[in-house]
Amino acid sequence: MTRRNIPGFKTTMGATLAWLALLVLIPLSRLVTTSSGLSGSDFWKTVWSPQAVAAYELTFGAAFVAALANGAIGLLIAWVLVRYSFPGKNLVNSLIDIPFALPTAVAGLTYGSLYAPHGWIGRFLSPLGIEAVHSRLAVCIVLTFVSLPFVVRTLQPVLEDLGTESEEAAQSLGASRWQTFRHVLFPSILPALLTGIALAFARAVGEYGSVVFVSGNIPMKTQIAPVVIMGHLEAFEFDRASAVALVLLVASFAMNGGINVLARWSRRHER
Amino acid sequence: MNGRDDAPAWVRYLFLLTAMAFVVVLLLLPALNVLVQAFAKGLGGYVSAATDKDTLHAVFLTTAVALIAIAINTVFGVAASWAITKYEFWGKTLLVSLIDLPFSVSPVVSGLIYVLTFGVDTALGSWLDTHNIQILYAAPGIILATTFVTFPFVAREVMPVMEAVGSDQEEAALTLGASGWQTFWQITLPDIKWGVLYGVILCGSRAMGEYGAVSVVSGRITGKTDTMSLRVEKLYQEYQTQAAFTVASLLLFLAFVTLAVKAAVEWRLRRALAEAARRPEAR
Repeated sequence: MTRRNIPGFKTTMGATLAWLALLVLIPLSRLVTTSSGLSGSDFWKTVWSPQAVAAYELTFGAAFVAALANGAIGLLIAWVLVRYSFPGKNLVNSLIDIPFALPTAVAGLTYGSLYAPHGWIGRFLSPLGIEAVHSRLAVCIVLTFVSLPFVVRTLQPVLEDLGTESEEAAQSLGASRWQTFRHVLFPSILPALLTGIALAFARAVGEYGSVVFVSGNIPMKTQIAPVVIMGHLEAFEFDRASAVALVLLVASFAMNGGINVLARWSRRHER
Repeated sequence: MNGRDDAPAWVRYLFLLTAMAFVVVLLLLPALNVLVQAFAKGLGGYVSAATDKDTLHAVFLTTAVALIAIAINTVFGVAASWAITKYEFWGKTLLVSLIDLPFSVSPVVSGLIYVLTFGVDTALGSWLDTHNIQILYAAPGIILATTFVTFPFVAREVMPVMEAVGSDQEEAALTLGASGWQTFWQITLPDIKWGVLYGVILCGSRAMGEYGAVSVVSGRITGKTDTMSLRVEKLYQEYQTQAAFTVASLLLFLAFVTLAVKAAVEWRLRRALAEAARRPEAR
């Protein structure tokens, strides 16, 4: 089957498959075998209990809000970083990656303290009656942080490549600035923008550490789906924990499939 | 501010200021807050929190776990890249997506699967228990969960580099009588080293910062199975806020070092890829 006479196929392929099986596939298959201990109706009652449904809604809803917020914030930051020159631009550009590198527990800890009623930001929000910790808003804010780099980083190269020629052409033909943006610029960056938003969404859906620090984990209100799994786990209900985990896993597969399709469409659109 | 945007000056300043406001509020203030709170009791308070016995153990455990996870995933990543890029076989796409699988598993689920595999109510778990081998709630469990969440990093970075460099030089060396290992060490490795290093950095950064998966398998025994992230959480819940922020500040420094090293390596990696593309015999 080898294309060339390079040695090592059996060794490297054997090691790869063994590693994959032992570390990933066999442990993951335990989700299926463990949750199959539940009867069909028990399975359904577990994964679709009011508490679990509320948690799914928050997980996906807050991630969606954060991704949309990042669509706007990320577009603005990418635009400023590509089109403007200002002192400290390189520094700002490298700061964008902080959420990629900062451990999630640190993000949760510092966001919790910033937005607490006496924190640097919370002290301005709390007189207005805005609860920015132990609330759904808190979840949205911290998810916006963890997924911030995606939109900026997917838009930057597209904006760089775009140049200003087509905009200038549109304007010389008498288009207003808004018309130029809507009809010339926006359609060409839309695929990248959507891809960035989708990546941010996927990242936010998978986030756990920072959220549990700021959300307060109140059942039916600020509990995200992984916390429901933790609850079953702490009660030694391994079968129920696996059932909910299985639902999350299937959802994230579906999501990643969707993102791949979107990314492929976006790349085709660019060429 | 003389960029390529001919909007009126006030619009440009408005955009710039709003963007910078988001950068400050979302990125800079959280980082600054960590430092200010960590030094809330002065340098003395910082040093005594950072040199606390249990905190030092958490630093040691985190570093050791990350190094082991890096070692495992580097060997795996290079082997997998070799198998995938040097040969044609059926099911290649499937194999690549299986390697990426851990990326789509939620952190808590990543820990859960090892609890399900090694828990005492499983056959394997009870066998291990009777032979006094502890996996869960001990270092091996933490290593397994960490290795799982960082599984794809090295492979993902090395594969495109190996693909771009091609196999002609290896074939030439083999024809001239070099052994497989000689070829790997002297031809392949120098070509892919920046890709490997880049993957190692991503893997290490994620390994040291992992929280969810580790929190499920660690058992959180103070001074024994607490990693730095778990220590942050425990100190915070014990209302030792300044100490929690001290440990957090160590992780923050680590993040900045990661970003700096990553930028340097990224630059070299891009150069190496460009060089590979220029090589006439590469394609």
